[in-house]
Amino acid sequence: MRAGTARGDPRSMPIIEVSGLRKAYGGRPVVDGVAFTVEEGEIFGILGPNGAGKTTTVECIEGLREPDAGAVRVAGLDPRADRNALTRILGVQLQESELQEKLTVREALELYSACYPNPVGWRELAERLGLTGRLTARFGKLSGGQKQRLFIALALIGNPRVVVLDELTTGLDPRARRDTWTLIEEVRDSGVTVLLVTHFMEEAQRLCDRIAVIKRGRVAALDTPAGLIRHSAGGTVISFAPSRPLADGDLAGLPEARTLERRNGRLTIHGTDTTAGAVISLLARHQITPHQLRVTDATLDDAFLELTEDREN
Amino acid sequence: MSAATAVLKAEFRLFVREPYNLFWIVVFPTVLLVIFGLIPSFREPNSGLGGDRIIDVYVPVNVLLAMIMAGILALPPVLSGYREHGILRRMSTTPVRSVTLLAAQIVLHFAAALGSALLVIAIGRLAYDVALPGHLSGYLLALLLGALGALALGAAVAAVTPTTRAATVAGSVIIFPAMFLAGVWIPVQAMPDVLQRIVEYLPFGAAAQALNQAAAGGWPDWTNLGVIAAWAVALITAAVRWFRWE
Repeated sequence: MRAGTARGDPRSMPIIEVSGLRKAYGGRPVVDGVAFTVEEGEIFGILGPNGAGKTTTVECIEGLREPDAGAVRVAGLDPRADRNALTRILGVQLQESELQEKLTVREALELYSACYPNPVGWRELAERLGLTGRLTARFGKLSGGQKQRLFIALALIGNPRVVVLDELTTGLDPRARRDTWTLIEEVRDSGVTVLLVTHFMEEAQRLCDRIAVIKRGRVAALDTPAGLIRHSAGGTVISFAPSRPLADGDLAGLPEARTLERRNGRLTIHGTDTTAGAVISLLARHQITPHQLRVTDATLDDAFLELTEDREN
Repeated sequence: MSAATAVLKAEFRLFVREPYNLFWIVVFPTVLLVIFGLIPSFREPNSGLGGDRIIDVYVPVNVLLAMIMAGILALPPVLSGYREHGILRRMSTTPVRSVTLLAAQIVLHFAAALGSALLVIAIGRLAYDVALPGHLSGYLLALLLGALGALALGAAVAAVTPTTRAATVAGSVIIFPAMFLAGVWIPVQAMPDVLQRIVEYLPFGAAAQALNQAAAGGWPDWTNLGVIAAWAVALITAAVRWFRWE
């Protein structure tokens, strides 16, 4: 979107800095010491269970909420004190908001376009979001997916440097979801930094350069999608039905194996590539046939569940 | 096009897409005047009104009715709804402040109320030969203060009601005493003395008296103008003090 922005080294400069962020509602801490930095030109994901404090965190970045403690900077600006300057460089898609019921798509695009000093062309944006056929439709008559696409358009219309998308593809069908992902990648490739709050692991894995997993108001992990998967239990999942039982002692000796479970005669081992190799040699040594052998990578889903699991203590 | 102009243009389009509100603000006061004028006795000089005809007295009353419809019936649900549905919040993330949306709606309701007032005066003159206001600048001042008071009351209602529904209910409760004070049922001049003296210290009663005096050709009593202005200031202060943006 942002024409003529030289990318240079896109990983060199933090554009969003959050440190020690705290926010409580009625004495109940919702955000409890969140800290992370987002580099210019990356797609940064915020993942977490419902009520983990994701939306409150991004609302502090958008300047919609006053933090109780901590510091937030977006391109060097304080979202509350420098609100006016911030709104010129930050595009926002809110999780819950509506437009005037009887405002048409075209009028909404024209109105929000007029709000910014240097907007992108709304016709092109409408085209890319598949809204051209609905320009004369009133907001109240749009489907959930069309409303969502309109909000994405409004987030991008001001030609922002940073765009915050809260639940980007909620309400979109699989086709529209994939189209939106392509659009967001194009937006990133043009030099815009994207902060993405999402529930969809597939979306996070596909789009995000880095992900912060937030749990109970804190950052539980921060890494690339591949890194999160690698460091969670079972980067590699080996499962098979052995032709005859394996001795516990042999299995206990497997290198880098983290978990092991037997169910219905099927053995599932979470470990690494080294574990997989050792399993194969072990089976060969004992001349055991592994029926229906599957060696797969763990997904972000597995990593997410592990990271956000509520353990005792 | 400047951002404020764009907001006003969009809000104007939305305003004219509400036929229900347009009817009550712009059409109803004039229709009511026409109906009153069709009653023969309302067109006869009335000794209780110092020789005026009832229809003469009802022109300022219906002018005030236009203000009441705009300020109390139409405005509060719009303002409350903009907050309830996150429209203000969405606008506040752009370089345009969300107060611009509220201001645009207040300006449009104000303009519609004034247009309706002119229509009432014009139809009164053309259809029933009601004299035009004798003291034009006094009338205009009373009119503007009355509109300000009505819109301030509407804004205060929107400030304290969390939802569109609550604003509609509150508006439709307040509208009856407001119409009574303006003299829709009994013109203020025809009220018993004691009641008249009380009503003069309430927003629409004071406006009704000021309009009557200016219609008759005199400068409105400063006490009446002061009462309306004081109410307007108090209500605006309350609206600003209690308005929640979310």
